[in-house]
Amino acid sequence: MTAVPLIEVDDLRIDLDVQGRRVAAADGISFRIDRGETFGLVGESGCGKSITALALIGLLRHPLSIGAGRIRFEGREIQNLSPARQRELRGDRIAMIFQEPMTALNPVSPVGRQIAEMFVLHKGKSWREANRLAIEALASVRVPAPERRVKDFPYQLSGGMRQRVMIAIALACGPDLLIADEPTTALDVTVQAEIIELMRDLCAAKGTAVLMISHDLGLVANVCRRVAVMYAGRIVEEQSSDDIFRNPAHPYTRGLVGSLPRLGSRAAHGQSRLQEIKGVVPAITSFPHGCRFNPRCVRVTDVCRTVEPAVDLLDAGGLVRCHHHG
Amino acid sequence: MRAALSGVIIMADSASSAAADVILRVRDLRVHFHLSGGLLGKPRVLRAVDGVDLELKRGECLGLVGESGCGKSTVALSIVGLQAPSSGSIELDGEAVTAGGSIDRKALARTAQIVFQDPYASLNPRQTVRRTLEDPLRLHGVRARSEIDDRVATMLAHVGLRAEHADRYPHEFSGGQRQRIGIARALILNPKIVVCDEPVSALDVSIRAQIINLLLELKETLGLSYIMISHDLGVVEHMSDRVAVMYLGRIVETGPWREIFERPAHPYTRALIAAIPDPLLRVPFVRAKGELPNPLKPPDGCAFSPRCRYVEDPCRREPLPALERHRDEHLVRCWRAKEL
Amino acid sequence: MPLRFNLVVGGTLFALAVFVGLFAPWLAHTDPVMDANLLNAEEPPSWTWWFGTDAQGRDIYSRVVHGARISLTVGIVSQLINTFIGVSLGLTAGYLGGWWDDFVNGLTNLMLAIPSLIFALAIMAVLGPGLTSLLIALGLTNWSFSCRIARASALSLKSQGYVQAAKVLGYGNLRIMVTQLLPNMLGPIIVIGTLGLGSAVLAEASLSFLGLGVRPPYPSWGSMLSEARDQITTAPWLSIFPGLAIFLTVLGLNLLGDGLRDILDPQSRSTRV
Repeated sequence: MTAVPLIEVDDLRIDLDVQGRRVAAADGISFRIDRGETFGLVGESGCGKSITALALIGLLRHPLSIGAGRIRFEGREIQNLSPARQRELRGDRIAMIFQEPMTALNPVSPVGRQIAEMFVLHKGKSWREANRLAIEALASVRVPAPERRVKDFPYQLSGGMRQRVMIAIALACGPDLLIADEPTTALDVTVQAEIIELMRDLCAAKGTAVLMISHDLGLVANVCRRVAVMYAGRIVEEQSSDDIFRNPAHPYTRGLVGSLPRLGSRAAHGQSRLQEIKGVVPAITSFPHGCRFNPRCVRVTDVCRTVEPAVDLLDAGGLVRCHHHG
Repeated sequence: MRAALSGVIIMADSASSAAADVILRVRDLRVHFHLSGGLLGKPRVLRAVDGVDLELKRGECLGLVGESGCGKSTVALSIVGLQAPSSGSIELDGEAVTAGGSIDRKALARTAQIVFQDPYASLNPRQTVRRTLEDPLRLHGVRARSEIDDRVATMLAHVGLRAEHADRYPHEFSGGQRQRIGIARALILNPKIVVCDEPVSALDVSIRAQIINLLLELKETLGLSYIMISHDLGVVEHMSDRVAVMYLGRIVETGPWREIFERPAHPYTRALIAAIPDPLLRVPFVRAKGELPNPLKPPDGCAFSPRCRYVEDPCRREPLPALERHRDEHLVRCWRAKEL
Repeated sequence: MPLRFNLVVGGTLFALAVFVGLFAPWLAHTDPVMDANLLNAEEPPSWTWWFGTDAQGRDIYSRVVHGARISLTVGIVSQLINTFIGVSLGLTAGYLGGWWDDFVNGLTNLMLAIPSLIFALAIMAVLGPGLTSLLIALGLTNWSFSCRIARASALSLKSQGYVQAAKVLGYGNLRIMVTQLLPNMLGPIIVIGTLGLGSAVLAEASLSFLGLGVRPPYPSWGSMLSEARDQITTAPWLSIFPGLAIFLTVLGLNLLGDGLRDILDPQSRSTRV
């Protein structure tokens, strides 16, 4: 017997309106996240990972729209909910944190008020009660002296502190799913490590599922149990994060894992030429025919140029979309 | 005779200032910014760079590592003359750049160049690639049409672009190709030193390896020396011969790459390595706590002490630790380096 | 790209005004100054006199057509002077900074604090009426907007990587300003210039209306309005047609300026397709 997953995305297509012409910015997107699970979406700019997240939370706006497919939250389809119902879901059950907390926070409102607002809006608390809860929330994200910090405005806080406030707002109502879109890209590495640890601890403690989106495969594999790699609007591979690093199946993932200089690799292998992925990332309006990775792939054959590969099951458990994997 | 002598003492102390193979020498560089204190406050001083010494040898790549605000980019800008130092000296190929304040931009341009981080903002959107590469040549006295065409074509080939790319505008290129154009522009005057300021951070992950390989190739074929600035330790380890780690305007640790990455002595360097999100990398180091202190109010004593897991009382008191020899060429600025 | 309404209508109106001005001698029915004939005085519009005639029996249509020449010449030349002054001051101030920036800023604020028409009047009072003094007066008083735009663009552009790279390549300040900054600020400058051209045409009309600037009997739209003001009840066509010419030209220029802003604004233009 399988439990109903927390969120299930089924053959989702997201259309982009390019001057009246609709092109699929992402399609055939399917994945599921169970309650309390951590799931990562990895890919480069323009691969469709961020718009997939926006679709989940109902924040796609023109020129983007859902073209086909279903998104089920606890078994209930949510892609066609009215804006009012979507707002109810957002913040309360599904929360999101963004890359740049400075633009996601209201610059003219004290951070304490912005956290308290969540309790008033979604939990029907009084402002007095909400303010008390806001201090607790700040303390839970390990902000020192929270009773003083609640009165601060976003510009008075450092980047790391702002991201902590964002996490406090996002987790205020105890959501079932936290979507984190490049949550630490704007931060320094030592601060990034702290924020990631904080996010992981809090979500594990509260049983919150995490959908983490990043271009950094290492970071995502560190946080998430399962990882899906996106390329040119498609999920090309999905595996547990250990396997994806050790045994990447798709040539693109293989290239990503192999192309980056990792600490310690020079000592082991010398200053050898890095394995390159040739060519450039295709534009949304000109995805290649057949397998979308074929112009850059080292294993390309004729079939790759004409036939789009179907999803294959991997022996180790996991999915791959490639004619010549393994 | 002198050259033969100096060849022997290259590895010796900085006393060998005549050593022919030191192509860049930075001494006690300070860049201080004076900020007005608002309506009531006193004017404050931001010490972006506070006493940095560097040496770059011919054909070497020196990695400069640190988080934002540590002053690594300010050092880079000072070297190429974009930032006037408050004090200290910069010698390029034996010539003082900063003596007396006025610098000969043109002479400096033929010695040191820079590759910027953002390949989108660093190319003039209204100039073709050809113009971007030709104008500097003309400015520096290359007159013959044939020579100009020749050098532009050679440079395009060097950075992996095709001849027909020359007449296109920047918006027709992808990020990786733009960075190639940026590199071509930096190399067109045949400089000896190239400062690479986060050259791959703004690029798509799948493109980074191409640019790193290209930079290393060009270093060999053209005999360049690099200052490689990055917050990505993997990139720095791969490219650098020696590494300097900066924190709050000062170098806290420097040495050969293997020493720095395999036997880091400063707690900050260890914290940087421990913070790398690589699931296959297991390091025994502890991470830093908290965030960068306000650079306008740097802590007393060791600047890293508020975030350090090994902090002891003396660390918090003046004077700050000196950059001292740890092992051979490995220098560390930490009171407890020997015990750790 | 879909053609924008304001760009098309504005461009057409302005092109029409320029066309009329350029080909005035061929389009006019009579000589606008010499062909006075008191026998035809104050005729209302008809098939013979399209726009009617004035008190001296001159053809209003021909005078409006020739008026386009003078009004547009004054407008364009004075606006070119304005743009040149404004861009030179703003570009150097924004790029060089320091005391020069403070000085230019102060000067701009001073210019903005004095109503430009009053300032132009004062200059005209010193120089005396006439076409040349009109050009000087209008050309010296309306540069503050292009100066502000040029300064703001220079400030934001000078930190761009390509400007920094040019410095590192040994470019001098003048070369950087001309080859790196200027081409990248042309968009907003053209927009402001076009909008300013509308105000210059209006300013010319106002000054000529007040009897400074182009003097009778030579026709500019402003001077025609000025002459017509006593007969506004008895012969309204004397005011209506030059007034309409001013209205349509200025409207056209404003629409054109808005339309140009839409396509030249770097924010709305995508850098990568």
